[in-house]
Amino acid sequence: MTGRWPTGSCVLPRSAGGQQLDSASDWRGVSVTQAAPPAARQPSRSRWIIRFVRRRAFREALVGYALLLPGAVPMLIFLLAPIFAGFFFSLLKWNLLQPWTFVGVENYATLFGDPELWEALQVSATYMVGVIPAGIVISLALAVALNTGRRGIIAYRTLYFMPVVTATVAIALLWRWLYAGQIGLLNTLLASFGIQGPDWLGDPAWALPAVMIMSVWKGLGYTMVLFLAGLQGIPEHLYDAARIDGAGTWARFRYVTLPLLSPTTFFVLVTGLIGALQVFDQIFVMTNGGPYRSTVSASFYIYETGFRLLKMGYAAAAAWMLFAIIFVATLIQWRLQERWVHYE
Amino acid sequence: MSSVTGARAREAAHRRPWFPWKSVLAHAVLTAGAITMLIPFLWMLHTSTMPVDQAYKYPPILFPTRRAWENYTIALSLLPFGRFYLNSAQVSTLITIAQLLTCSLGAFSFARLRYPGRDAIFVLYLATMMVPFEVTLIPNFVIIRTLGWIDTYLALIAPFAFSAYGTFLLRQYFKTIPSDLDDAARIDGAGYLTVYWRIFMPLSTPALATLGIFVFLFSWNTLLWPLVVTNSMDMRTVPVGLAMFIGRDQMVQWHLLMAATAAATVPSLIVFLAGQKYFVRGITLTGIKG
Repeated sequence: MTGRWPTGSCVLPRSAGGQQLDSASDWRGVSVTQAAPPAARQPSRSRWIIRFVRRRAFREALVGYALLLPGAVPMLIFLLAPIFAGFFFSLLKWNLLQPWTFVGVENYATLFGDPELWEALQVSATYMVGVIPAGIVISLALAVALNTGRRGIIAYRTLYFMPVVTATVAIALLWRWLYAGQIGLLNTLLASFGIQGPDWLGDPAWALPAVMIMSVWKGLGYTMVLFLAGLQGIPEHLYDAARIDGAGTWARFRYVTLPLLSPTTFFVLVTGLIGALQVFDQIFVMTNGGPYRSTVSASFYIYETGFRLLKMGYAAAAAWMLFAIIFVATLIQWRLQERWVHYE
Repeated sequence: MSSVTGARAREAAHRRPWFPWKSVLAHAVLTAGAITMLIPFLWMLHTSTMPVDQAYKYPPILFPTRRAWENYTIALSLLPFGRFYLNSAQVSTLITIAQLLTCSLGAFSFARLRYPGRDAIFVLYLATMMVPFEVTLIPNFVIIRTLGWIDTYLALIAPFAFSAYGTFLLRQYFKTIPSDLDDAARIDGAGYLTVYWRIFMPLSTPALATLGIFVFLFSWNTLLWPLVVTNSMDMRTVPVGLAMFIGRDQMVQWHLLMAATAAATVPSLIVFLAGQKYFVRGITLTGIKG
């Protein structure tokens, strides 16, 4: 790796905005453009070839590719190849122990008629519809409070962040204990108000809500910090203008804060959706999918099918279906954002 | 930064009401929230030091006659937690170092060098960030199995030796470094790698710290992948060990389990508290880039 910087200062990659690679800044480009008339695509390609042959550019490219390699190799092996391999596996019948057989789209056909998959998707959907809005509303309220109170931001932030940085496994175990029957702290507290708490994790009607409450609690600090950054980015003169126009506290929040926060809200929504469909750790630890499969989420279903039932092909097909759903949902959100997300 | 001056300006612009009811209300909400955050952790510490004969009384005993610190030694000796900690520490550290290197090299290439196809490759990197891990879970397991890496450190580390997210984060940071600096180094005859190592890396300490903390916490806390690719007790990590601790039986010894859980959360909390500034900045940075 003995590559040197080019000596002519005008060839430096100053802005690195790919398109204007060799326009005015490249003094040799002049003769190149003369040699190849500026038609549609042909000239840029021949210019590339000429550039490539030139030693400095060639060396720069070589170093450029070489520096990508240490990251690109693991990416190829563990990210890009698996994506395609996963699709191939989804066409197989394979339990790891015996040789695989090719079954085509049979796995997908079976999946569509598999009530357990639809139940799992329903669990994931319920989780999503519950956790994301609750998380947004509560953490927005906290962020607004933090931005209003202003004192002690760091202390509050530290406290709210403790659940975020702690392993989900640990948090889930801790909450299992809080939820534990009648001796659990939660039901003890409820009982002191005269409320008979449910058997949270043992009751099929309450297990999923219990997991959801824990997830909202764990994620609050993260979303709150995002909203706080968004709030601090809203220029004060907009509030002043609204005040002059006679807007009250609520009107200012509704017509200034909310619209200007919408890019942050959009980000929280998109990442929240992707995250909610992947929820696994808390279910594995808290309920293991039960009672009566009431908490088998989509990703837990994939884990179970692949690594407990050893139906690798089938699980790969389910994973691809989940991927398709996430992809379409994200796409829809991108399309819808034009209607409600305001970028300044 | 600008947030501080913004807050000041806001404060100056406000006319003070006779009673700061907004501020009081805000702190009431924040305190209520903080208590909700804190109580579960306090309850964990409380239970973890309860003597077994007082731990499961109803109503619960808040002030036991003594604190049973031996719960910690008992809990941590029930399973080879020392080994789990060692595994987690080694794996997380190596993943962090690997990612800092691979991501910064790639980021430098994307931010400062020019070559055909660079921007297309960068877009490809960004696109991979959208792929959910379930899609790659089974193929990756098969790949690791084919390579004969099941139950090895390589299986735990190699798939995480790189991240598109980290490359993106560092590239954005590298692009803010003024090119006058590399001009000067270039005139002095420095090569690409020298510029990367002597200029970009030292100047990017905040960004590297941010990425490092993110990666370390992520790998310390991760459950599913180690669960799938390890099967001997010697190769388990802390989260897998904790999840095994509870077993599947109904009679859980909560005082011991809470001791083990508390011990497992300590490293994450220390890393977070030590690098809180970078951690928070990293979150807001990615959020705004959206």
